[in-house]
Amino acid sequence: MRLLTHNMLSSNIKGVINGFPLLIEAERVVEKQVDFNLDFLKNMFSKIDWKALADASKTMGYDELPDEVPDPSVLDSQEFLQKFHHALLELHLEEGALVYPETGRRFPVNKGIPNMFLHEDEV
Amino acid sequence: MWYLCVFYHRLLDYRKPEFESLADLFGAFHEDPTTTSHTLEWKLPHHHHPDSPFHFVNLPNEDIARNIANRIFICLVVFTRRLSFYGNFFCIYAGILVKGLYEIWGEGSSYEELKEAINSYPDDRKLPYLTSDSTFRIIVDSFGKAISFKDQTARIQGMSYIPFKGRVELRNPEHKFWLIETDDYEANNGLPPVVDKTIFFGREVGAADRKLLPTYQLKSRTYLGPTAMDAEVAFLMANQAQAMPGKLVYDPFVGTGSILVAAAHFGAMTMGADIDIRVVRDGRGPDCNVWSNFKQYGLQMPVSLLRADNNLPPWRPGLKEVFDAIICDPPYGVRAGGRKSGGRKLLKGVVGPYIVPDDKRTGHIPSTAAYCLAECVHDLLDLAAKMLVMGGRLVYFYPVVRDSDSLDVDFPKHPCFKLVANCEQMLSYRYSRILLTMVKIAPYTDEIAEAARIQHLEFKENHVKWMEEGNLHAAVFSPDFPAIDDRDNKCSTKDPKKKYRGKYV
Repeated sequence: MRLLTHNMLSSNIKGVINGFPLLIEAERVVEKQVDFNLDFLKNMFSKIDWKALADASKTMGYDELPDEVPDPSVLDSQEFLQKFHHALLELHLEEGALVYPETGRRFPVNKGIPNMFLHEDEV
Repeated sequence: MWYLCVFYHRLLDYRKPEFESLADLFGAFHEDPTTTSHTLEWKLPHHHHPDSPFHFVNLPNEDIARNIANRIFICLVVFTRRLSFYGNFFCIYAGILVKGLYEIWGEGSSYEELKEAINSYPDDRKLPYLTSDSTFRIIVDSFGKAISFKDQTARIQGMSYIPFKGRVELRNPEHKFWLIETDDYEANNGLPPVVDKTIFFGREVGAADRKLLPTYQLKSRTYLGPTAMDAEVAFLMANQAQAMPGKLVYDPFVGTGSILVAAAHFGAMTMGADIDIRVVRDGRGPDCNVWSNFKQYGLQMPVSLLRADNNLPPWRPGLKEVFDAIICDPPYGVRAGGRKSGGRKLLKGVVGPYIVPDDKRTGHIPSTAAYCLAECVHDLLDLAAKMLVMGGRLVYFYPVVRDSDSLDVDFPKHPCFKLVANCEQMLSYRYSRILLTMVKIAPYTDEIAEAARIQHLEFKENHVKWMEEGNLHAAVFSPDFPAIDDRDNKCSTKDPKKKYRGKYV
């Protein structure tokens, strides 16, 4: 599960107003190489919740992203783009869980696939 | 400028929409921003039937024509991956149904007429391709009949009145000239009634790379599922969705990933979800799963695969306009039934609401309930309306039960979308599926969100009623007992679909 995905997921259990962001419990993190695509990164930049990405990245062990939302002009800097690319697409959570902080409900992540399926009483 | 487009004689409904979709992608409509209708001008050759493979199309310039028809594929996919940084430069997408796009130098119903036409074609359009330092070859092709090699050579010799100065090169010539012949046919030999015998002579501007199909065919794919999408149709879907590098494509019913493979081939980043975790996470083993499908062709792995229910998707509130295209084949309930979350017995009212005790929670496998097509399509449209960027495309299959003659169906509508194409593919005598392409034209407002929420609750409250109505499975598989006097009513008022529009075309 990549951080791009994590940035989009929340806990949609009945009764929960804001289930985002989910905390990452990382048991096994892997780095996988992904081809760099400038258009894709530019498109994604405006849709990402930056704080969630920066926090999640730290949990996965990559500390290079700035904490506050950077200015869009930073998209011209190759250095920033490489870091952004690395954090967004190359950090991979193989085993672990996504935890909803308020109730502690765990969404397990196995073989890189998060299981966001809800139980019958959460629907 | 007018070009002759010769289509492969298959999937007749899909030919023009695919072409127009690629034309839109390559900027054929950008020159005139006032046109709201993104359709090209098409013309049939004199006295030709609309189902004929020959169509004239008006395109702004030759570059666009070449882009649509060609594929500049640098050796293998492996190269494209490494060079994907250069994006659009190297991946040029083929209309998979376009046999060739030609600049016609002459046409006629006999060789004498053809000669006259070619001789009167302006020299400044011909001479640049006849120069002495170029290589060329002439290919003889025919539709609906076979011309023997001896006759082909004779016809090529017959074209010697054109002043070719270059050298003949059969393997990789710079310019290819085609001499295409078609006769007039009756309707009952399985081909469309082309009507007039026509001979065309033209210079090839571009042609499809059908070599894609043997590479990607399902026969040789590692991991298959019962409803894995056929390679040719998957490429058509990806072309309809205008998949290209830099775009994010999503499939909410990903299964074995066959549709995403086609989108990834065109360079798009892909993402998929499925409610069945065994398909998405486990596959049939460590070397036989969705990831290995992508690895088999050397394609960029999907950005993410997740287990999620499209009925209750896990997207964070406020997330919208993320995907450039959503391409999918929703479960119709005929061969693969849809499922959604929520206890089956709970929704039917058999048991009262229950709580899973805490100690049993970890290993608990939640039960799923049946998911009717109406609700599935409603959820898909809602997801697409919210998550597609403006101008993004939703491409999906919609099943219809066929009346023996006509197809009079109300396609799903949504205030955010405009339907730009519908293409029928007959699956059996009884039913067919239609590929719908919708473009997002209006933003997702709070009113639309509220209406969707109310509809969602309505489906939930009336679960049993929705499952009984519109049961497609029964319609498709019920035994066929036609009334005895049905045969007399065969000559109906509406024009029935021709025999060649059977399952194979």
